Amino acid sequence: MAVIDRPFIIDGVTFQSRLIVGTGKYASFEENKQAVIASGAECVTVAVRRVNILDHDSENLLDYIDPNVYKILPNTAGCYTVDEAIRTARLARAAGITNWVKLEVIGDTKTLLPDNEATLEATKVLVKEGFVVFPYVSDDPIMAKKLEDAGAAVVMPLAAPIGSGLGIRNPYNMQLILEAVSIPVIVDAGVGTASDAAMAMELGCDGILMNTAIAGAKNPIQMAEAMNYAVKAGRMAYLAGRMPKKRYAQASSPVEGMIE
Amino acid sequence: MQIEVNGVKKEVLAGTTIDGLVTELKIVSERVAVELNLSIIARNQFNQVILKEGDRVEIINFVGGGE
Repeated sequence: MAVIDRPFIIDGVTFQSRLIVGTGKYASFEENKQAVIASGAECVTVAVRRVNILDHDSENLLDYIDPNVYKILPNTAGCYTVDEAIRTARLARAAGITNWVKLEVIGDTKTLLPDNEATLEATKVLVKEGFVVFPYVSDDPIMAKKLEDAGAAVVMPLAAPIGSGLGIRNPYNMQLILEAVSIPVIVDAGVGTASDAAMAMELGCDGILMNTAIAGAKNPIQMAEAMNYAVKAGRMAYLAGRMPKKRYAQASSPVEGMIE
Repeated sequence: MQIEVNGVKKEVLAGTTIDGLVTELKIVSERVAVELNLSIIARNQFNQVILKEGDRVEIINFVGGGE
């Protein structure tokens, strides 16, 4: 009998899909919308930016990604200090849609790797203010545990640097993180293609957030669908429990009854 | 009088409220957040807060972005 999956719940919200997608780098709002639909994602991350007051579009992202249909997860992408990230999170909440925030405090422009120390500090402040915090962090089990202790709702360890598409660089650390914390572990950043997503899910990660892997594909909508399957397949393989690895061959056909 | 909106200098009439400014800029107010001199202004205060000379206003919204 198939192993029944436990529900994927964050802050009391139950998701059927374990995939969270971004909204950056799409050719158009329409392409973005179609990719989100194909991905099966129910949670979508968005950036917080100044309205261009001199020449703003008549259309807005949220005209295409309906906040009544999708759970919107604002992010603090582009923030390099604790203060910037907190300010951005507060503004995001003031927009009136959600108190969830994907917290990013970036360490440098070249690697876009997280400043873990600053991320922990900002997490503490935002949790105190009632935010549901999704911190983006290095694939470090010690830091993941500290974030859990600080009240983070989930931890979001990177697979590889943002936009790199390198896949999970350290599956052993990812497993250590899964053992270290009891909050959901959502891989964030670095997934490049469907097999990367499946691998993360096979390890037992609770979910994946991706943007460039879909938006940067030659056909984003088709890749979104591929990711939908990959996340499901990887999760199911994790639940099914893979066969043990062996160093030598073992025939699966019977030896008995061979034609002589 | 002059204020600054999203880093851009702007002339507005004395007595202009946040609501008035947002409307003048043709911005749909349901989906923005406003900060006045680094303090967040709650949505239900938009029609009560009157801008003063030299005020710095930030109006933000959600745009495409992932990480």
